[in-house]
Amino acid sequence: MQDFLGEFYFFLEVLISGLLTGTLYSLIALGFVLIFKASGVFNFAQGAMMLFAALSFVGIQEKLGVPWPVAFVLAVLIMVILAYLVDKLVLGKLVNQEPIILFMATIGITFFIDGFGQTIWGSDIKVLDIGIPTGPLFIFDILIDKLELVAGVVAAIMVAGLAIFFSKTKVGRALRAVADDHQAALSVGISLHHIWIIVWSVAGLVGLIAGIMWGTKLGVQFSLSLVALKALPVLILGGFTSIPGAIVGGLIIGAGEKLAEIYIGPFIGGAIENWFAYMLAMVFLLFRPQGLFGEKIIERV
Amino acid sequence: MFYRESGQFSSSYKQDQAIFPLRQDRIGVYLILLVAFFGVPLFASDYLISAIFIPFLILALAALGLNVLTGYAGQLSLGTGGFMAVGAFMAYKFATGMPDMPIILVLLMGGLMAAAVGIMFGIPSLRIKGFYLAVATLAAQFFIEWLFIKVGWFTNYSASGVITAPPLAIGLPFTSLEYVFDTSTKKYVFTLSFVVVLALATKNLIRSHIGRGWMAIRDMDIAAEIIGFRPLQTKLSAFAVSSFLCGVAGALWAFVHLGTVEPEAFGINRSFSILFMIIIGGLGSIMGAFIGAAFITLLPIFLNNVPPMLGMNLAVDLVVHIEFMVFGILIVFFLIVEPHGLARLWSIGKEKLRTWPFPY
Repeated sequence: MQDFLGEFYFFLEVLISGLLTGTLYSLIALGFVLIFKASGVFNFAQGAMMLFAALSFVGIQEKLGVPWPVAFVLAVLIMVILAYLVDKLVLGKLVNQEPIILFMATIGITFFIDGFGQTIWGSDIKVLDIGIPTGPLFIFDILIDKLELVAGVVAAIMVAGLAIFFSKTKVGRALRAVADDHQAALSVGISLHHIWIIVWSVAGLVGLIAGIMWGTKLGVQFSLSLVALKALPVLILGGFTSIPGAIVGGLIIGAGEKLAEIYIGPFIGGAIENWFAYMLAMVFLLFRPQGLFGEKIIERV
Repeated sequence: MFYRESGQFSSSYKQDQAIFPLRQDRIGVYLILLVAFFGVPLFASDYLISAIFIPFLILALAALGLNVLTGYAGQLSLGTGGFMAVGAFMAYKFATGMPDMPIILVLLMGGLMAAAVGIMFGIPSLRIKGFYLAVATLAAQFFIEWLFIKVGWFTNYSASGVITAPPLAIGLPFTSLEYVFDTSTKKYVFTLSFVVVLALATKNLIRSHIGRGWMAIRDMDIAAEIIGFRPLQTKLSAFAVSSFLCGVAGALWAFVHLGTVEPEAFGINRSFSILFMIIIGGLGSIMGAFIGAAFITLLPIFLNNVPPMLGMNLAVDLVVHIEFMVFGILIVFFLIVEPHGLARLWSIGKEKLRTWPFPY
């Protein structure tokens, strides 16, 4: 009986840790969804933006010696400038191109931001510490990582905030209009460029927060942009256009990955975390090509 | 003045359907082949051949493979590195498991195994499209990488996971002699022959009904289905041919270029760099694959050598970061200015040349 309880607690621990890690993936995926909803661009650069935001945040703290809230504001400012430049120099020139071309353009942006960030801020691993509690916490004898708990709360707040932003504010309504139909939005006087800059800025903000979370967990380093690739299976599970989808997808991927690593991994050599998420997403897609919450894909000739 | 079709008449269907119907084009191609087969081995230095020409040819082959899938059949793939790894490792298994197998067959078998794996990972493409498919191909990339690191059978249980490729040798017919491709010049000619034959085969495949099917699926899959192309066969054949070419390229990369077989050589960055080659070179163009490969192979060398010449001393990691930035800028630049890549510029140039010097 005691053994069974121990096993069960262990299972719960793994599950909860997986779910909470999942919310960290969701944070990254949120940025993707925002941009995809508003501009139909599949933004491969979200991971790079996260890395760049976190690098800037830490770099400003180091170079200027300012307290972290100031650095945060400055980092947000940098992300807004980045959003402006992306719109001005890249997307603005590619209006009416096929989605696949836009997608490849964001791969180009990814490479540029990765190189640029590391050229400016250096490529060594940086410690990020703004007082987010880390370490274990015991609730009913179940071990939980404090950082993951904080991340879960932050993700919840952000989703709530974004939901209100999208449904209640004027800008949010304009965003949804653009997402629905570019031309119709243009004809009622919504400026596409403004909207894109706003959306990319918000995505940059989301990236910054995700970057701070991941940076606290792993240190700010280049491999963060690889972590961001994990957000892709989260996205396709949840559907590209759905904010709740990003959260649920993140939870499924996070939990599935951890459980698979613990319970299946040892039998086939371990370290299956690297690919399990992608496989899960791929198999899932075979049955539901538009993801869990995605809009039904209707094709016309 | 010199480059025009006036005075050249096709008197048979065969002539009309030639790959290069224009005499000037044919002469040009023969000249390029002549230089590639004789000029380069005779005059280029060892360093030039082993550091530039061989990698260029092999990557061009891989880019050709991806171009079949992405450029012609319209299925975006981020798993090129994985398929190359399959080619390399399976060729290694064939070479060590059956030592009597001729090396050419070994490399082709590597390609065939890659084709089989490609078909497996291509099955989702029947239901999944666009970006969703791109993510699904990432599954192939990461899974294959993991497989070759973790499963000892593929590396013959070598401790380090890095294994030395067997020497390239061809048994001469009717004798017990072996011809070994040991110098870089011989290796170059070996690679070149492979690449030329496969590129020619691909070109002809694309001109056939199979290739037309791929393009129909790319342009609009439902319409293609309605006019009678079966999506299953068409898409899977694109995956098969593409991963065959990538597999052979991977095997060549391991056997000829590196001399070792290691998973690290076929990581996600390899997949991206090959994708960049076909974007910069031109989607849906054989020549684009070659131009793109040349561009991407030469750019880092250029960036490494030019700043020191100008008297600037840049740190090594800084050069790497600048390389990243330049790649990024170039990709965006090409997508904005010429989405069809360098190959399109080339054909525009040819159009202009036809009427030169009197365009009116």
